[in-house]
Amino acid sequence: MARSISEIQDEIISEFSLLDGDMEMTVFYIMELGQKLPDMPEADKTEENIVKGCQSKVWLTASMDDDKIHFTADSNTAITKGLVSLLIRIFNGQTSDTILNADLFFVHKIGMERFIGTQRSNGFAAMIKQMKLYALAFKSRQAVKS
Amino acid sequence: MLDVEKIREQFPVLHQKVNGRDLVYFDNAATSQKPKVVIDALVDYYQNYNANIHRGIHTLAEKATKAYEATRVLAKEFINAQSEQEIIFVRGVSEAINLVAASYGKAFIKEGDEIIISGLEHHSNIVPWQIVCLERKAILKVINITDSGELDIAHYKSLLSEKTKLVAVNHASNSLGTINPIKQIIDLAHGNGAVVLIDGAQAGAHLEIDVQALDCDFYCLSSHKMYGPTGTGILYGKKELLEKMPPYQGGGEMIKDVTYAKTTYNDLPYKFEAGTPNIADVIAFGRAIEFIDSLGKENISAHEHELLQYAKEKVGALPGVKLVGTAKEKVSVLSFIVESIHPFDIGQMLDARGIAVRTGHHCTQPLMDRFKIEGTVRASFAVYNTKKEIDQLVEGLERVIKFMK
Repeated sequence: MARSISEIQDEIISEFSLLDGDMEMTVFYIMELGQKLPDMPEADKTEENIVKGCQSKVWLTASMDDDKIHFTADSNTAITKGLVSLLIRIFNGQTSDTILNADLFFVHKIGMERFIGTQRSNGFAAMIKQMKLYALAFKSRQAVKS
Repeated sequence: MLDVEKIREQFPVLHQKVNGRDLVYFDNAATSQKPKVVIDALVDYYQNYNANIHRGIHTLAEKATKAYEATRVLAKEFINAQSEQEIIFVRGVSEAINLVAASYGKAFIKEGDEIIISGLEHHSNIVPWQIVCLERKAILKVINITDSGELDIAHYKSLLSEKTKLVAVNHASNSLGTINPIKQIIDLAHGNGAVVLIDGAQAGAHLEIDVQALDCDFYCLSSHKMYGPTGTGILYGKKELLEKMPPYQGGGEMIKDVTYAKTTYNDLPYKFEAGTPNIADVIAFGRAIEFIDSLGKENISAHEHELLQYAKEKVGALPGVKLVGTAKEKVSVLSFIVESIHPFDIGQMLDARGIAVRTGHHCTQPLMDRFKIEGTVRASFAVYNTKKEIDQLVEGLERVIKFMK
């Protein structure tokens, strides 16, 4: 059983609180998280897997295993890779309904708007939207099957 | 020698902490900061004599008109134009180029004519000409650049012909800092009967400009890159050319008489200044010109050149750093990439240390394509920057490079 998305978000919030608002530490930490993200197969880095609306290149794919969704992602910039890794940590192993109804309260709690700026905020929102679109697609596919 | 500490005192914005550290502002090629005299001029206008200009006969209108026109005289002297009639206030270089492209293009560019730009141009000096070429069925030609980021003059010569009607190049490149040999470019164009527009956006605060000595036909400046406010700038045009050109926009100010049957246009420069102009910013632009004049372009250039040399040495020596644009003659722009680190990441990490640089393609995508890169990190220096700030940049870069290893 996967932990709830609230538990995972609380965990992220407490990790970020250790950084004490230091911008440089925060940026380094986000990039470190990105470095830990499992590699995405080169074959998946296609034009159609690029998330539209991000200034950096972000590739995102999803698969479903026993009603749980798994995302893989990569980016050409280290910070964006770190940001998408946060979302993957929260959403991986969750059901499509959980993802669709998710309230991502950690974004505001860790003060993300303070350190990613408008351009990246829009990109981050685009990643969330794309993940929810995947969840919606899997959900409707399940509905057809059952 | 300039007293840089004294100059810094005149710029309120520089004295702040960003992310807990002293701000280091190295994005001057995008826009420079404003000295207090410029900021005060804006407030003074709105607080004490805000009025619409040229038409009013009351005291405030008279005062505002005088102040506005005084900037025109300052601008004329700043670039050594022959008369104030050759100075047109515009929103900035982009509008100046669009004005010439639309108006001169309409009157003088015909099917099959050729317009030459260079491979170093900002999108603002590419797109307006593409629009003209589409409309007039003219052809756009582009001067090649060398690996060091200089114009290939032999290639330029080979592009020139009796079909060439206009040449548009920048005085200095915003992405690489290259200073172009504009006198030579102008003379060669004139030899083929073409007119020349110079985009002076990156020259205004740094280089001597003498439009008569250059014999250039059009020259464009943006106030906000010259310590002045945003939203204003000038288009210089030779009087005989401006007189032959049709108006760019219609409206108040630009007319002499209006009837439904026929409208006669105002004289230069008002023919090209439709509507209520940007009065406050133009007045404050005058203070910015005086600020530059008071320091002296020669002194400014010398100081900035020293900063550039220092930065080239220090940043260039860091592991994995490759400087992009190594022309012999440069304004104070240092563009570089770092092996296997994306410019955005570098920009973000430097910002976390209070250092403002520009990252990306700098509105010169074709130029980035030429170097087969997505973008660069660009540090551009102004008269108020110091070597100590460059040390801070180097320290920041060292940390980034170490962390990303």
